Amino acid sequence: MTIDAFLLSRIQFAFTISFHIVFPAFTIGLSAYIATLLGLWLKTGDQKFHLLARFWTKIFAVSFAMGVVSGIVLSYQFGTNWSRFSLVVGNVIGPLIGYEVLTAFFLEASFLGVMLFGWKRVPPWLHFLSAIIVAGGTALSGFWILSANSWMQYPAGHEMRDGIAYPLDWMQIVFNPTFPLRYMHMMTAAYLTTAFVVLATGARHLIAGHRTESAKTMVRMAILMIAITAPVQALIGDFHGKQTAKYQPAKLAAIEAHWDSSKPAPLVLFAWPDDQAGLNRFEISIPGLASFLTHGSMDALFPSLNDFALEDRPPVKIPFFAFRAMVGIGVLMIGFGWLGAFLWWKGRVFEERRWLWLAQYSWPAGFIAILSGWFVTEVGRQPWLATGVIRSKDAVSPITTLEVAISLALFVCVYCVVFTAGILLINRLIDKGPDEIGDKDAPEQPSRRTLKAAQGQASDLFGDGRPGDDRIQPQS
Amino acid sequence: MEWYLPVIWAGLIGTAVMLYVVLDGFDLGIAILFPATKDEAERDQMMNSVAPFWDGNETWLVLGGGGLWVAFPKAYAIIMPAFYIPVILMLLALIFRGVAFEFRWVAKPKHRIWDLAFWLGSTIAAFAQGLILGGLIQGITVANGQFAGKPLDWLTPFSVMCGAGVVVGYALLGATWLVYKTEGAVAERARAQAKLLLLGLMAFAILVSLWTPYAHPRIAERWFTPANFALLWPFPLLTAYCGWMVWKRLHGQHEFAPFAFTIAIFVLCFLGLAISNYPYLVPPGLTIWDVAAAPASHIFVLIGVSFLLPMILFYTAFVYWTFRGKVKLDSGYH
Repeated sequence: MTIDAFLLSRIQFAFTISFHIVFPAFTIGLSAYIATLLGLWLKTGDQKFHLLARFWTKIFAVSFAMGVVSGIVLSYQFGTNWSRFSLVVGNVIGPLIGYEVLTAFFLEASFLGVMLFGWKRVPPWLHFLSAIIVAGGTALSGFWILSANSWMQYPAGHEMRDGIAYPLDWMQIVFNPTFPLRYMHMMTAAYLTTAFVVLATGARHLIAGHRTESAKTMVRMAILMIAITAPVQALIGDFHGKQTAKYQPAKLAAIEAHWDSSKPAPLVLFAWPDDQAGLNRFEISIPGLASFLTHGSMDALFPSLNDFALEDRPPVKIPFFAFRAMVGIGVLMIGFGWLGAFLWWKGRVFEERRWLWLAQYSWPAGFIAILSGWFVTEVGRQPWLATGVIRSKDAVSPITTLEVAISLALFVCVYCVVFTAGILLINRLIDKGPDEIGDKDAPEQPSRRTLKAAQGQASDLFGDGRPGDDRIQPQS
Repeated sequence: MEWYLPVIWAGLIGTAVMLYVVLDGFDLGIAILFPATKDEAERDQMMNSVAPFWDGNETWLVLGGGGLWVAFPKAYAIIMPAFYIPVILMLLALIFRGVAFEFRWVAKPKHRIWDLAFWLGSTIAAFAQGLILGGLIQGITVANGQFAGKPLDWLTPFSVMCGAGVVVGYALLGATWLVYKTEGAVAERARAQAKLLLLGLMAFAILVSLWTPYAHPRIAERWFTPANFALLWPFPLLTAYCGWMVWKRLHGQHEFAPFAFTIAIFVLCFLGLAISNYPYLVPPGLTIWDVAAAPASHIFVLIGVSFLLPMILFYTAFVYWTFRGKVKLDSGYH
């Protein structure tokens, strides 16, 4: 492996996108959670929902800013580092990104202003609507970017002329075969990830002795979300895997570390796949189970890595191990969610300290699972950048190794400083927790006035300063 | 159809870049002016004057870059590698200033470092944008439809001057925004700063107007061919008039007029540059038709643009209207 602009550009893209995906994944889920809290507050008039919404909005603001700035980097890197890719697929993928900006980015960015600073400027129903629009915008953004990514996984609706992709059928391009399931898988992952952060936050406050109604509400809402979405996610993942067998057999073979297509594939629990020798070392496996999971029969045969020329198959270790990490975490999530639901049903969930202790450290679970999943799907697509259209090695810009070495070093330094600071600041906000009912800083009770305001009258009852600003002013 | 699609798209991207320059220009500008005060409450006030808008403003940059890819993929694939270093510099700088908006509030009372990040990030981002602008006007070495120059081709006295010009110009936008949007000490100081910055910007405008035709015969020809000059002479005159109006309005009690006339200066300068370079998107050799995307791609996005862009402009206006009025000293956002 030579160190050149190509290798360094790959590392740079992997590094910057891995940092980036953490934030949108969290903000997709969190914006929906905040909109839910505001809706519950307007419906019930229960103060705790309002305080929770305000608390999470502060955290949302910090996370969203990090998502925005790390996202702009990616949109420009297509050109700076992968200009030949931009040229070859520009006619097809460019419009998808264009629609992402037009339908989602402006919507999120504009109504974010209202959501963060409009507590008092607009009536509650409009503030609630802004939160819904922001949540919808993040989901729409996911729609387009997942569509573009899925097209790269399995291109459709285009033709190649002189090495350049030209669009033929936009419906086929946007709703390409692997897109719907991949989109559902990612969105569910985002909601699940956020649920674990909310759970961990509630648990942390309960353990610290802040046995407040808002902490309990967070734990209850998170358990409900996890107990339902974690198994749903496993189901979507299963469909997604079967679809991979159909459209990306080389990726599936790498995931399963399947080397011999003349026999049914075992489910490899552990192994050290050896790309060079074309076999697994130290393998522990269950015979026929991978065949059963992908094709419904213990005897089913499907292509193995050895059926693909060496230059046409992905590296094996990363998809293999990352997939096991993702699935392992997913299984633990289901178990943990159901255990929580059981304890809740027994009325012991706030007393069971061992469960709460685990819960407070469970927040990274979703992030690790999401990163693992993306490593599976992106490395599994190699050696292609867009399958069958352009190989990664042919896509790099005519730039020098030194340029990329410098930029990569700068990205590593800046990201480590900035995002570490951001995560520490979020941690600080979480530690502080939501305001409590009766706090001097807390807004006035909503009750009847809320209902009046919800009918679109008063715009003046939210009572205080900007989120993130602790010097909350009484309303003048 | 095939002929005028690229023209429509050039107009659209031009508009997006123009909106970006004006909108993000003033919020980068207020950050460039941050060192002018050490007072925390005044800095809060300055930052609050743009806090609800900055994210929407910066989205025009994504539309400019993304739009270039959508409409002119060949140009995108040449320009981005050609300006690798200034583009990366701009992105890194924008990271610092973007997160500073949120981090600064949460980090208090230990927020000084984020004041610095806000100022330095915004200044470097503005400077890098000027470098790219200057580099593009100079032209890019292209062979076989690809960037074929050296990594530092963009680095010339001209591009450095453009960088400085953009910093001064954004600072002027920021200062006149503060005159419009704030009151008290911050507004008064901004009024004084704006006068100096105006002189600076006009000097840069004159310098660019002389330098570009001198260095590039195609630009001299564009402006000074008698038939063209008969049409184009109002541009420099109008620009001078707007500059004079900013100066005059700054001396009165006017609050919005200086900002409005500064925007007019930016629009006129931008149109001037567009006139100088049309129809070249990658000077000196490639026109907008040479680098255009497939017509089917142009049309597909144009359909969306025709109703999405008015919507975007509408709700952007709604957000500005929601947060209308003066931002007071030490009042947080309301």
